[in-house]
Amino acid sequence: MQSAEVIIVGAGMVGSAVAYGLARAGRRVLVLDGGDGDFRAARANFGLVWVQGKGADMPAYQVLTRDSSDLWPQFAGELAEVAGVPVDYERKGGLAFCLGDRDFEARGLALHRLHNQLSAAEQDCEMLDRVALEKRLPRVEFGNNVSGASYCWRDGQVNPLRLLQAMHAGIERLGGRVLAACEVSQIERGEQGFRVATANQVFGADKVVIAAGVATKGLALQVGLDVPLRPQRGQVLVTERMAPFLPLPASGLRQTAEGTVMIGATKEEVGLDAGTTMSSAAYLADKALQVVPRLAGARLVRQWSGLRVMTPDSFPVYAQSQSHPGAFALLCHSGVTLAACHAERLAEAIDRGVLPANLEPFHHQRFSRDVRQAI
Amino acid sequence: MFVRPFDSQQKAVPVVIDGETVMAAEGEMLASVLLRTVPFYTRTTPVSESRRAPYCLMGVCFDCLAVVDGVASVQTCLVPVRAGMRVERQHGRREVPL
Repeated sequence: MQSAEVIIVGAGMVGSAVAYGLARAGRRVLVLDGGDGDFRAARANFGLVWVQGKGADMPAYQVLTRDSSDLWPQFAGELAEVAGVPVDYERKGGLAFCLGDRDFEARGLALHRLHNQLSAAEQDCEMLDRVALEKRLPRVEFGNNVSGASYCWRDGQVNPLRLLQAMHAGIERLGGRVLAACEVSQIERGEQGFRVATANQVFGADKVVIAAGVATKGLALQVGLDVPLRPQRGQVLVTERMAPFLPLPASGLRQTAEGTVMIGATKEEVGLDAGTTMSSAAYLADKALQVVPRLAGARLVRQWSGLRVMTPDSFPVYAQSQSHPGAFALLCHSGVTLAACHAERLAEAIDRGVLPANLEPFHHQRFSRDVRQAI
Repeated sequence: MFVRPFDSQQKAVPVVIDGETVMAAEGEMLASVLLRTVPFYTRTTPVSESRRAPYCLMGVCFDCLAVVDGVASVQTCLVPVRAGMRVERQHGRREVPL
């Protein structure tokens, strides 16, 4: 039986980041990835490292997101060095475009409200009116309806596919293993640690981390963790490669290092369906054209979708099992943004075997009615 | 669809490729004109800027892209020639469209 100190079930953004962090701390890690046909949010996402606008009514999430953004520069630098894979990370700030005066005003109020929920923190966002926006992005001709944008200096972007590849390479360079096509079917506690079984193999470990995206629910139940989650589909469009014109990433619109323009993303409640639709393509294209009308002449080269891993309040779940200590379930929808935090803080906590106080708000017991009433 | 160039029944039409006038058969696909016109390439790639020529001739490979009458990234294998068409080979990343 192959064994490791920690088995990570799932080699997506969350599992890979935690495995990389544990490997860097000297743990022997084994990452079991699913099959080619599995739902893979990690291969479908948009590539923003994003802070602005996140965490309404959940200050702990605002803090987590900011912390991760602050950890990203060092994380990206180290990862590129360890893995030998550049990830095209940039942190020049990001924009959320506003259409019409009412939208501009509402955006400003929403960000102000968010800031008020985070006591004693400096404001990292500002509103740019149309004139200020044009000054900031002189090469972009904005649509008539663009009233301005919110700007957050903590925002950034990364090539998400390279990030995933780099984390996998990093894990292996640090002595860990990533096994493909190892769909885990059973997790149980044996006499010595955990037994983790696929259809034809059994692995052993002291700890098990379940970070299997939408498949987390069924696996976590086996170790006494009942985590609520649902898939939420996001469709994305991408254009041909063009000369650089958009120097800052924006919510739903960014130009990649290669020159393609990504346009995203829908939020659809359609269950386990990772298909694409013409109506969403039209909706996304229209949205992008309102901001940058000249994109009408650009060629779209692909459309795809991924399934976000959503909890009832959309915030992450980090939990250790009480009935099976040493078994953890992790799930979230912003695995790219949170990757730095997952590789540093979350990996460290799992290594110690205790999730610290600042991660306590992310236990899924927050969804049970008794706890809600107590709050 | 295959079109035989210079069928004696067909009319010859002039096409301007990078400033030089080339004769093509009316109805012929632009890619086939580019294929036989020195220096035999249609574009350079956005990343390494190496040359590409028409390859699949059926709208799949996107290697025959060129700027046609001011419109960049046109798949020339899908466009029949017209008299007076102005074609430019496409170099590297195109500009954001006007």
